[in-house]
Amino acid sequence: MGSYIETELIINHKDTELRLGLPGSEDNQQSCNGSIVRSNKRSFSSETTSVEHESICKSNNVSSDTSNSSTTNNDHDHDQDTIQPKKVQVVGWPPIRSFRKNSLQQKKVEDGCGMYVKVSMAGAPYLRKIDLKVYKSYSELLIALENLFKCTFGEYSEREGYNGSECAPTYEDKDGDWMLVGDVPWNMFISSCKRLKIVKGSEAKGLACL
Amino acid sequence: MNSSSAFPDEVLERVLGMVKSRKDRSSVSLVCKEWYNAERWSRKHVFIGNCYSVTPEILTRRFPKIRSVTLKGKPRFSDFNLVPANWGADIHPWLVVFAQKYPFLEELKLKRMFVTDESLEFLAFSFPNFKALSLLSCDGFSTDGLAAIATYCKNLTELDIQENGIDDKNGNWLSCFPESFTSLEVLNFANLNNDVNIDALEKLVGRCKSLKTLKVNKSVTLEQLQRLLVRAPQLCELGTGSFSQELTCQQYSELKRAFNNCKNLHTLSGLWVASTQYLEVLYPACTNLTFLNFSYAPLDSEDLSKLLVHCPNLRRLWVVDTVEDKGLEAVGAYCPLLEELRVFPADPFDEGVAHGVTESGFIAVSEGCRKLHYVLYFCRQMTNAAVATVVQNCPDFTHFRLCIMTPGQPDYLTDEPMDEAFGAVVKNCTKLQRLAVSGSLTDLTFEYIGRHAKNLETLSVAFAGSSDWGMQCVLYGCPKLRKLEIRDSPFGNAALFSGLGKYESMRSLWMSDCKVTMNGCRFVAQERPRLNVEVINEEGGDDSRAEKVYIYRSVAGPRRDAPPFVLTL
Repeated sequence: MGSYIETELIINHKDTELRLGLPGSEDNQQSCNGSIVRSNKRSFSSETTSVEHESICKSNNVSSDTSNSSTTNNDHDHDQDTIQPKKVQVVGWPPIRSFRKNSLQQKKVEDGCGMYVKVSMAGAPYLRKIDLKVYKSYSELLIALENLFKCTFGEYSEREGYNGSECAPTYEDKDGDWMLVGDVPWNMFISSCKRLKIVKGSEAKGLACL
Repeated sequence: MNSSSAFPDEVLERVLGMVKSRKDRSSVSLVCKEWYNAERWSRKHVFIGNCYSVTPEILTRRFPKIRSVTLKGKPRFSDFNLVPANWGADIHPWLVVFAQKYPFLEELKLKRMFVTDESLEFLAFSFPNFKALSLLSCDGFSTDGLAAIATYCKNLTELDIQENGIDDKNGNWLSCFPESFTSLEVLNFANLNNDVNIDALEKLVGRCKSLKTLKVNKSVTLEQLQRLLVRAPQLCELGTGSFSQELTCQQYSELKRAFNNCKNLHTLSGLWVASTQYLEVLYPACTNLTFLNFSYAPLDSEDLSKLLVHCPNLRRLWVVDTVEDKGLEAVGAYCPLLEELRVFPADPFDEGVAHGVTESGFIAVSEGCRKLHYVLYFCRQMTNAAVATVVQNCPDFTHFRLCIMTPGQPDYLTDEPMDEAFGAVVKNCTKLQRLAVSGSLTDLTFEYIGRHAKNLETLSVAFAGSSDWGMQCVLYGCPKLRKLEIRDSPFGNAALFSGLGKYESMRSLWMSDCKVTMNGCRFVAQERPRLNVEVINEEGGDDSRAEKVYIYRSVAGPRRDAPPFVLTL
């Protein structure tokens, strides 16, 4: 009865067994038990504030029949060897204010140990993080993003943006403005990119028309 | 003369006007009709813990002479992104009514409210006597709104901007204080990032002779800080800028002298990035310090120890866990009068090599600081035995908030749940008012809480418990419970229903990602019409589950401004 807690919440803090289910991979949810297992959650995006929101799907792989899915995860990870997903995070945990979280993250970027930025896509259940330093050019980055979110960007041109595609990559720069990826030289992009967002459909076209 | 009233109304009002405490005023208002009226006419300050529990119309009708309002809006878990954007708690409708009914409003303190620039402008224009504005954990506004306040509030004494989701466009707002403006007593812009015009700031500080609190942001350098201190040696509370500039010998000694001259400092904060060599300049100012807020300054144990030697009178200390256990040993050694300790995580998401603090640091503090009554402690490992030791050493805890950062983590030595830890807390600390639990917890924890925590008012639960029984124990056992917030725990409808007799005496209940269903919530709404039962469900979720439930008492009826994702049942 109350036993599921004992079996399912034994987590070695050094080697967390919490796994992230990648979009399109096998569904890792267990039936609702109100603990740390959760189905796909949407990210709550805020347009007006600098508060960042993360929604991550988490599943607990203690029982044997879910060990397959953890293997699936690992295989999937190895396929995309240019992308290194960070440790999974539970929404709103640990309970520190968004403000404090943002201050710490700003500090991390300034420290220059890797240049991890968040990548979001409207409609995706959770955000990802990628290390911009791993890529040498826009084409590498775009391929990685296409793999990560299973979308296509189409041809970039200065005039039309990403014309003819369902999606377009955008980024937030140091001034807080949302820009189309690809306009500025790669190095300038790297140093000013704070986070990435993949926009879809009409939003994508909207930028291209400017 | 009316023989039924012992005093003329004016006398009664005068006398009752001196009653300051909220609880006392509440009691006063219940005595009889005359006292109720005298109390409502004499009340100057009102505190509203949940902005949806009452309407501005009802408020202004009962209390016609209010000068100061404190309002809290969103549920606390909104601080941790558990509440979607645009949920509500908009200050504007309140301001509109206040402009009519409280034209002499002087003070507004807001927490977790939605505040726009338009609202701030409206505020600046509508209240000619406006003096004090404090915004904590609010969102929706930008520095443009601050500019309006600075420009138009001629009698401003306090501007306190803390940890908000603010659109920080630039630092120009500070230059908006007119040259004729001299009344400022409190200025806190520590959490804004952009540079302000340092010249304007110096002049402002120079002409505001009553300035007692100045908390600048990290863009202010040591050299600039020195110039500010020289103009305001009377400061009681100082928030420094960044403590890491290359200084010449002369600049260094000028800075030291400036700190030396601040004889009234009792609160120090800021530092941000602190160079060890410059921390010494603080030492002379430390003797009278009672509150040290280094929660944004990742000091190491050595720097902290050297500083604390000079702070024997410290009552409250906030640090980052970079100080590690060794730093906490120094706290225990040098600060015997300490009453409050908060340890924040430098690396909450384990992105680097994180050490932080452990159970030994906790014990070390408790051994040296027997008067400790408030603790907020983020750690990666804890044991039942350690917590038991801590509360043996310090039985006077009123606020005990322990956050073991991996959800559901057991005692790392015995592998047992942390039930006995919190059992020890509630058994030993009879004055406990606020408790936050973490780690692997079964229903036993909640049995202990229900049995022993008779003064408990606020309980925060996450990833804990085994069954409905746990929550039931708390609801049945804690007579003074006012706020209960629960996430990701296996409590369902049976647990929810056991609070039916209690929710109207509480401020609010929050349950997210538990096992409560829509039907369960509907039942509560039906049985208790004086409660607002609100459910937030995401798209694409299971329609029968109630993912996020917020239940609170209200005389205002259901919300009229609820966004589409908030269902009022």
